[in-house]
Amino acid sequence: MTRNLTCIICPRGCSMTADITPDGVKVTGHTCPKGEEYAINECTNPVRTVTATVRVANRENTMVSVKTEAPVPKGEMLNIMALLRKTQIDAPVRIGDVVLSDICGTNIVVTKDIA
Amino acid sequence: MKQYDIVVVGGGPAGMAAAVAAYDAGVKSVVILDREPVLGGILMQCVHNGFGLHKFGRELTGPEYAAIYANEVAKREIKVFTETMVTDVSSDKIVTAQNRSGILQIQAKAVILAMGCRERSRGALNICGSRPAGVYSAGTAQKLVNCMGYQVGKRVVILGSGDIGLIMARRMTFEGAKVEAVCEVMPYSGGLTRNIVQCLEDFDIPLYLSTTVVQIHGKKRLEGVTIAQVDENRRTIEETKRYIPCDTLLLSVGLIPENELTRAAGIPIDPITNGALVDENCQTQLPGIFACGNVLQVHDLVDYVSEEAERAGKGAATYISATEAEECHITTKPGNGVRYVLPQVIHNRKEDVSLFFRVTQPFGKVKITASSGETVLAVAKRLKAAPGEMEKITIKAEALQNVCGEIKVELEVL
Repeated sequence: MTRNLTCIICPRGCSMTADITPDGVKVTGHTCPKGEEYAINECTNPVRTVTATVRVANRENTMVSVKTEAPVPKGEMLNIMALLRKTQIDAPVRIGDVVLSDICGTNIVVTKDIA
Repeated sequence: MKQYDIVVVGGGPAGMAAAVAAYDAGVKSVVILDREPVLGGILMQCVHNGFGLHKFGRELTGPEYAAIYANEVAKREIKVFTETMVTDVSSDKIVTAQNRSGILQIQAKAVILAMGCRERSRGALNICGSRPAGVYSAGTAQKLVNCMGYQVGKRVVILGSGDIGLIMARRMTFEGAKVEAVCEVMPYSGGLTRNIVQCLEDFDIPLYLSTTVVQIHGKKRLEGVTIAQVDENRRTIEETKRYIPCDTLLLSVGLIPENELTRAAGIPIDPITNGALVDENCQTQLPGIFACGNVLQVHDLVDYVSEEAERAGKGAATYISATEAEECHITTKPGNGVRYVLPQVIHNRKEDVSLFFRVTQPFGKVKITASSGETVLAVAKRLKAAPGEMEKITIKAEALQNVCGEIKVELEVL
């Protein structure tokens, strides 16, 4: 299988092609080792930090922003979102407060103070 | 009338960083005025991450980045008036504002303008069709979703591929909506590559370049839009018209620096940046009035807003304490491939000066030159340059010594 990727490591944005075989990933089109590393990670274990919001139950029309403390597998993003849409917390909250623990091996934490 | 040495108009990233820098430069009488209930400005609705990579070496969300500066403000004896709207800044530095207690007037020794931007709206685009509900500027939708928890729509088309449009494509997808398309009238995206990859490609959202929305359909609620490709003169190509059903159209079509106060004070504005003409300390043509952040020039990274605001804050502090006679000043101007250069004026030759600019179109490998007549003052090279990413070139103080007149910044394609 081959995949076309745009490198996001630097503004140059190299267009790369990754050949995925049982023996590993072969990258072409990159112009530096960091690009190759990025392409291999994207093909083997792509991860993202999920940033979102959670409803504050005891404040009218108020959301608090949250994020995964560590990046999670890319494929889990929409599952985490579905979970967060059902989650509510009560103010006051502070940056760093844990909303949900042990989600894909990390925590969902608050990123905004709500008094 | 109240008296403060420095009045900062706006409590977003620019206003906070300017106030802190002015305080640390020795001015202890500083006040920030902001119309929102909390400091932080637009960062408070930018829940995504990627802020702070340059300044703090880590990826922060908008509210986290804002909190760092709000804490710095709180640590100092900087006065903050929130829910306070500045209605006038006079040329003799009297700032008029209003809030729940009434009208407030402050005589300042220096004023720092940090009002930020507002979004271009549908009215500026002349899209034909009806006027149904469901057409939002992307930033308004962002506030409704991220701060207030409304679901703004379920089937979405986004016009404009600047960063706010890209970020909202992902955000709406996260909230369960289907983003049908992002249309960009230009042949290239104005957004950061990182955002194209992580906001569109991650979710298989199509980006249509050289394409725009030509008609809006629907009576009460938006029912769909007609999109079409445009030619090199941005004229619709009739045979490419097609209809996309949707209930929401988000417009991410540019930011307008909110310079009403600036204009009313009689401060000259650069017609390209739509911000004040400034010197290397962000001082406008009206001595003692400074401008920084998005009200001065639209930035793509908040890290650079903070740095610019720090220069403005220090500059304002220096202005209050010094009575330096003005020496022959230097003006800057854009040359080949460069849309604008900021600062437009340089007064001080004692320190290195960074010139910020944007290129006119995407380029591959380029050489950037800052020169005065035949003398080359600084050279830089880039592997790639795009209008969406602000560039800078720094001229050493030694090189500035003998310059009097004009500095031109230009590109040469390699």
